[in-house]
Amino acid sequence: MSHGSDIKSLVWGAVLLLLAACVPLVANGYWMSIALTIAMFTVLATSWALFSGPTHYISLATAAFFGVGGYLVGTGMSDYNMGFWTMVVIAPVVGAVLAFLIGIATLRLSGVYFVIFTLGLAEMIRTLVSWIQNNFTGSRGLYVLTDLTEADIYIYLVILAAVVYLAGWWVNRSRIGFALRIIGNDEMVARHVGINTATSKVILFTFSGFIAALVGALIAPRYTYIEPNGVFSPEISFIVVIMALLGGTGRLWGPIVGVIPFALLQEFINANYSSYSTLVMGVAFLVIVYFLPKGVVGRIEQALATRRKSTW
Amino acid sequence: MLKRVLKAAAIVASASLLAVSAQAADVIKIGQVAPKSGPLAGGATVTQWPNVELWSKQVNAAGGLNVGGTKMMVEIVEYDDKTNPGEHIKAAQRLAEVDKVDFIVAPYGTGFNLAAAPIYAKYGYPQIAVSAISDKMPELTARYDNLFFTLGNTTSFTDSVIEILTDMRDAGTIGNRVAMVNVADAFGIELAEAARPKIKEAGFDIVYDKSYPLGTPDLSPIIKGAKDSKPDAFVAWSYPPDTFGLTEQAIIQDLDVKMYYTAVATCFPAFKGKFGSKIEGVFGAGGVNQGSPEIQAYFEAHKEMTGKDADAWASANTYVSLEILGQAIEGAGTLDRKAVTQYIKDNTFDTIMGPINFENQISNKYWTVGQWQDGKFRGVKSSQMDGAAPIVAKDGWN
Repeated sequence: MSHGSDIKSLVWGAVLLLLAACVPLVANGYWMSIALTIAMFTVLATSWALFSGPTHYISLATAAFFGVGGYLVGTGMSDYNMGFWTMVVIAPVVGAVLAFLIGIATLRLSGVYFVIFTLGLAEMIRTLVSWIQNNFTGSRGLYVLTDLTEADIYIYLVILAAVVYLAGWWVNRSRIGFALRIIGNDEMVARHVGINTATSKVILFTFSGFIAALVGALIAPRYTYIEPNGVFSPEISFIVVIMALLGGTGRLWGPIVGVIPFALLQEFINANYSSYSTLVMGVAFLVIVYFLPKGVVGRIEQALATRRKSTW
Repeated sequence: MLKRVLKAAAIVASASLLAVSAQAADVIKIGQVAPKSGPLAGGATVTQWPNVELWSKQVNAAGGLNVGGTKMMVEIVEYDDKTNPGEHIKAAQRLAEVDKVDFIVAPYGTGFNLAAAPIYAKYGYPQIAVSAISDKMPELTARYDNLFFTLGNTTSFTDSVIEILTDMRDAGTIGNRVAMVNVADAFGIELAEAARPKIKEAGFDIVYDKSYPLGTPDLSPIIKGAKDSKPDAFVAWSYPPDTFGLTEQAIIQDLDVKMYYTAVATCFPAFKGKFGSKIEGVFGAGGVNQGSPEIQAYFEAHKEMTGKDADAWASANTYVSLEILGQAIEGAGTLDRKAVTQYIKDNTFDTIMGPINFENQISNKYWTVGQWQDGKFRGVKSSQMDGAAPIVAKDGWN
């Protein structure tokens, strides 16, 4: 990627984010809640792709960090009388520490072992949370009562998206981004040329854990009442992966190209064919894997390339 | 020519528009978002969905609701929330903004009622919550002017169980030894937390106190541990799957106690369907006045119109919440939601559970504990309900 196109994509990103920030001015409640869903998954899928895109390590741990964020806000506000914003600061730090520890322990694993571990992670943390509640803190229900509207939360998430894009832009240009790409191509080669593969992976994994926990914390007021089963739902992890892969993980803006159509499709199916949504999700996954291995973005770039070739 | 075609088209279009609005005027659209899939779907298909079906069929069979002199039929617009709060919120918004429903049926589950409350409050829908039990009700009703609670709070459920323990000890049926277990999940932890100090305060010894994670497939060690502690009474703050699992093990291992209580789903028809006469004397959360002719008529209609048996607890409350909504619409004589909400606050409603009114948006008439007696789950403890059956001691698993 040349320097010029980098700057160009930065400008494009800024314009799109500004447009996104204007959505609450025009959207009604219904479209606002769809926009909020899109914003939430944009942040989750983009930060997921920052790590999993270049390294090809498929992480199914999003729900674990997202859940930690949501749960901490719930327990902080209900059990310890903390303010919402205090918990919004604490939650992502805990998420990052957790991701760091897990990263150190597991990122030496590769391929399918890593996938399986992350899949179990959300469930393990949910059980751990229940165990702590049951034996130490007790529970009177996890209420998150604030005066934040969906539009407020949406704006926070758009700002967070901007931060994630900036971070991604910086990572792509930095040594660590370069290292991650080499790891993705061949980890053995990366190690042989002297890249500290573990450190690079752990840093990015920690970052994505931080972001996912922050999203979980910010979105908590929307649910008003936190149920561990809801926030640690493995579905969140899978949808994030599907969305990111649909868009394509090769480019920073790839995931959002997947998030928007997928969220709209999901909404359309839920509104009209409520009982088939799981089936459609499965089909979507198959279609992506078979026909769009590099995502929509990869397809577009491929199409552009052939057109250019044929005009020559 | 073109002009004429356009004109004709315009006439047709406006005529069809008129037809649509005329049709819409005769129908009250009522929205319902509740789980048809996911973990809560099992409970909702027993307690929630059949009652919405039953009530709307009955109202329409009677020619609709009388709204200020016009008879209006009800039409239900329903969505599956997949037991997912994010999905629920989107569907609730869809009801309000896209389907523009006139009224809503409150969601199923505490979390979902609270997740939807800000949305329904924004559009002014009266939300008569049933399957929502919270100790924060006063705070929540102060926050949401349109939210009503009808099924009681956590404290009343634990207090009633302790009352039963005390009654049975006073009668000399049981001693002081209580085994208590709970599912390590939100509501189970909440109930156990509330009960623990109060059971001790009432002079009982908790000889066994264990929890198990939600979804534990094998509960035999729990029952074995309880049995080894030689309890006089067994109390489980349980959810539907473990209510069944614990009871199955109690039967297999012959947990011999005079007082046996499991919480949620003990009142389900499927509980009797699975264990038959063995559950005679089992206590559970909920209850209903089986002797009331209104309730009997309701059970019959439920079976006839939906093909399913109602449960002996929140089914009736759910139906009552719809009765209240219907009576409030007729009483206010308008589809204006503000007027209907105010009508609910100001009036007493004649329901299958007797007269019901709201104090600060909370109804204090509900059952807390029931017991299987002669194959029927009868209410034995309640808040302000008539027709409680006398308690009997459990006499083995036969």
